[in-house]
Amino acid sequence: MLLLLLILIPIIAGILSFTVKGPGARTVALGGALASLAVAVPATLNSGAGPLSYDQAWIPMLGTRFSLYGDGMSTMLCLLVSIVFSVVLIVNNNKSLDRPNAFYGFIMLSQAGLMGVFLAYDALLFYFFWELALIPVYFLCSYWGGEKRITATFKFFVYTFVGSLMMLAGLIYLSMQTAGVNSYAWPDIVRAGASLSPDKQQWVFWLMFIAFAIKMPIFPFHTWQPDAYEQSPTPVTIILSALMVKMGLYAVLRWLLPVVPAGVDYWSHFVVILSVIGIVYASCLAIVQTDMKRLVAYSSIAHMGLMSAVAFSHSVIGTHGIMLQMFNHGITITGMWLIIGMVEQRWGTRNMTKLGGMATVAPRMAIAFVIISLASVALPLTNGFVGEFMMFAGLFGSADNGMMLMVIAGLGVILGAVYTLNMIQNTAYGEAAEGIKVADLSLNEYVGIAVIVGIILILGVYPKPLLDLTASVAGAIAK
Amino acid sequence: MKGLIASTVFGIVMMFAGLGSATKKSIGLLAVVLFAALTAIGVWDVVAAPTDAPVLMFNNMLRIENYSLWFNMLMTGCSLLYVILMHKDIAKVGSHSSEYFALIFFTLCGLYLLSTYNNLLMLFLGIEILSIPQYILAGSDKQNLKSSEAALKYFLMGSFSTGVLLMGIALLFGAAKSFYIMDMVSVLHTESLNPMAMAGMVFIMIALSFKVSAAPMHMWTPDVYDGSPTPFTAYMATIAKAAAFFAFLRLFHVSFNNLSNHWTMLLACITALTLLIGNLTAVFQQSVKRMLAYSSIAQAGFMLFAVLSVNAVAWQGIVIYAVAYSIATIGLFAILVKLKDYTYDGFNGLAKKEPVLAFAASICIFSLAGIPLTGGFMAKYYVLVAVVQQGQLMWLVIFALLMAAVSIYYYFRVIIAMYFKAGNPELVAPITLGDKVALLFTCALILLIGVAPQLFLNV
Repeated sequence: MLLLLLILIPIIAGILSFTVKGPGARTVALGGALASLAVAVPATLNSGAGPLSYDQAWIPMLGTRFSLYGDGMSTMLCLLVSIVFSVVLIVNNNKSLDRPNAFYGFIMLSQAGLMGVFLAYDALLFYFFWELALIPVYFLCSYWGGEKRITATFKFFVYTFVGSLMMLAGLIYLSMQTAGVNSYAWPDIVRAGASLSPDKQQWVFWLMFIAFAIKMPIFPFHTWQPDAYEQSPTPVTIILSALMVKMGLYAVLRWLLPVVPAGVDYWSHFVVILSVIGIVYASCLAIVQTDMKRLVAYSSIAHMGLMSAVAFSHSVIGTHGIMLQMFNHGITITGMWLIIGMVEQRWGTRNMTKLGGMATVAPRMAIAFVIISLASVALPLTNGFVGEFMMFAGLFGSADNGMMLMVIAGLGVILGAVYTLNMIQNTAYGEAAEGIKVADLSLNEYVGIAVIVGIILILGVYPKPLLDLTASVAGAIAK
Repeated sequence: MKGLIASTVFGIVMMFAGLGSATKKSIGLLAVVLFAALTAIGVWDVVAAPTDAPVLMFNNMLRIENYSLWFNMLMTGCSLLYVILMHKDIAKVGSHSSEYFALIFFTLCGLYLLSTYNNLLMLFLGIEILSIPQYILAGSDKQNLKSSEAALKYFLMGSFSTGVLLMGIALLFGAAKSFYIMDMVSVLHTESLNPMAMAGMVFIMIALSFKVSAAPMHMWTPDVYDGSPTPFTAYMATIAKAAAFFAFLRLFHVSFNNLSNHWTMLLACITALTLLIGNLTAVFQQSVKRMLAYSSIAQAGFMLFAVLSVNAVAWQGIVIYAVAYSIATIGLFAILVKLKDYTYDGFNGLAKKEPVLAFAASICIFSLAGIPLTGGFMAKYYVLVAVVQQGQLMWLVIFALLMAAVSIYYYFRVIIAMYFKAGNPELVAPITLGDKVALLFTCALILLIGVAPQLFLNV
């Protein structure tokens, strides 16, 4: 029942927001986000004892049921979703927003889609939510985005749509192989996938992998991403980069690795190499960016590249690290985008060559920015460290060329330090331009950022709750 | 099959309704009432039908299965929706509005024959009864040269394809010694296939491909759809096409199912070509009406999937596809006809000016593009399942999905124009509350098919 509420609350809040005129829409949406947070916390705690589930007949003749399943990984991601949405809605208080009711309505609908993706236990239901999360984001970027928003969003939409159609073909094919009546339930899909010959598994692998690779994105399927991040309004960039890319990774862990094991075995080395190329490539591109949004966009490709490389290297500790890192990356990058959004709002530019002196004019903001950036380069005692360490350990131990791959992937960390610290130097320190007057964090911004920084520090010192929560799931996936 | 009689009678009633001094408005209302009555009769037919065995009628010329009646009922319901949405626009086309409605009744009569024929002569008769009213409707805007061109083109190409159909039927008769579709299945076997039968089958396939505007027999479609008065284009592209598809499926699944290895590859190539030409050409259109003509070709490619797969799911697929596609296309045409400018630019800023219209258009477009939770997704889903179940044609499935992604481009241009571009679209007439309610009802139907498709299937 908790799981159903996690999906229903955002839908209801979204529909209500559409009907409210004026600034009340934000209040309704914020209320919805906090309510879903209030549900996500007990759901996460309960799932520590054993997975939650909800099951309801839906379209019997298609063999699909409305069934939800919340193990540690799913509920953790739902918790992440509700934290991020709450923080975003607390911080984002743009009074001059055009048509706020539609904006907040779409935001909440995308939350519902995300929750559904992470909870669905039925392949067709999963596909439904996968698309449902996309449509509101399409409208959000296209209406409220930057100058080149229409082409950028369109590219994003077409890319992901191609991917999801391929996935649909794969899922239909799998459901045809289920014993007896065709079924989309996760256990049946897993059984059907495992029963296929290795040749066929490879086909299915590619059909599904393309969808997930585009979403994550893995090099060379990433070209939609920097444009889409840059052109979206900040709250939507956060939804995209902190949450929607996790859809791809989550889908790999739940709907790809266990489903077509032989296909994965055959291609995993290839995917790991692609991911490692992506890490180095995106890091190099990040170094030469002058636009803060594009820099963080490329850094996100590098981070996701590491996670996908580890996901395909079949190690328990690495998979466990991914679980942790999915959560932490979501938190850290949310903080990053929030600060960049504030910088853009106050200074009127995101160009790093024109910025500087944040520490003198807005010291609180600068401190938060530095902490978040350090978490992003995985400094010990921040939340990024533990996950990244586990992932590197996993990659190192993976069967072939593990050490070499780890060393190359490790370059990403060094390069990451280069561009992130460079960004700090250019924005936080240095001389403030003459006559610039900016306000430091306002109360709502302060609260939002404090939550982010708090989580960064707490999980940096004491990640055990999250590790305990996801231990059994990680073990089952990487077995 | 009371519907067959009723549609004819109602058609004649409509013709006489125009004789007196009735106003256009009252004629439109009469048409709505008669279509509602016909839908009710369709429901009655379904309810009254015996569940166990098909009924043979008219000296075995018609064989009435339950799914045929179900299809008839749904298509009549779609016609009712069409008339409700468009009766005012139909009346505006010319001075003979009662006759337009009469002709639409006659096409429905053809549809009933096509869904129940048991004899190839009835197939021929059904195709003719379906087509001839459409030739007339295409040319009904007599002042407009394009309309006359459309009618002439349609008529010439249509007659030609009917000739091919007749030739195919004659050849088949030579091989099978019978016109009955049930007899053929026992005579036509792969082992001893008469070349005459093979030739006849291919001829019939070509003729029916013409009727459903499958490439390369699609050349007439864009000009005819573009030139005909918009309300009638909506009808031709949806219900009339669905009828031809049902006939196509019926013949190939009943008579030729033993021969499927002879025709599957040919039809698969036709399907691939249809998808390719329909989608790629639609991308380059500047007029939404012409884009919808090409999109109807593209959608025909998906409906051909149902014909390709000889299994039970295909029957469900064609029904749900016909309904979902018809409703969405009719809805979109009903919005298009309200605008003065049919180009994409004509839609600029519609969301600001008429939010309900823009919302309804978006739902229709989502459905045509096959976004989940809309009827169009379920329709595509069923035909894909049918063809995957058939096996062998996975390449076609993947190709079709790529083409579906292409279709996003031209469909979403409408959404981009409505929501993200500034403009002040000119309307033909102010939008009444009734229009809005009807359009929202259409949206509700589309979403209902998307969430609960089982309600629209009789299994």
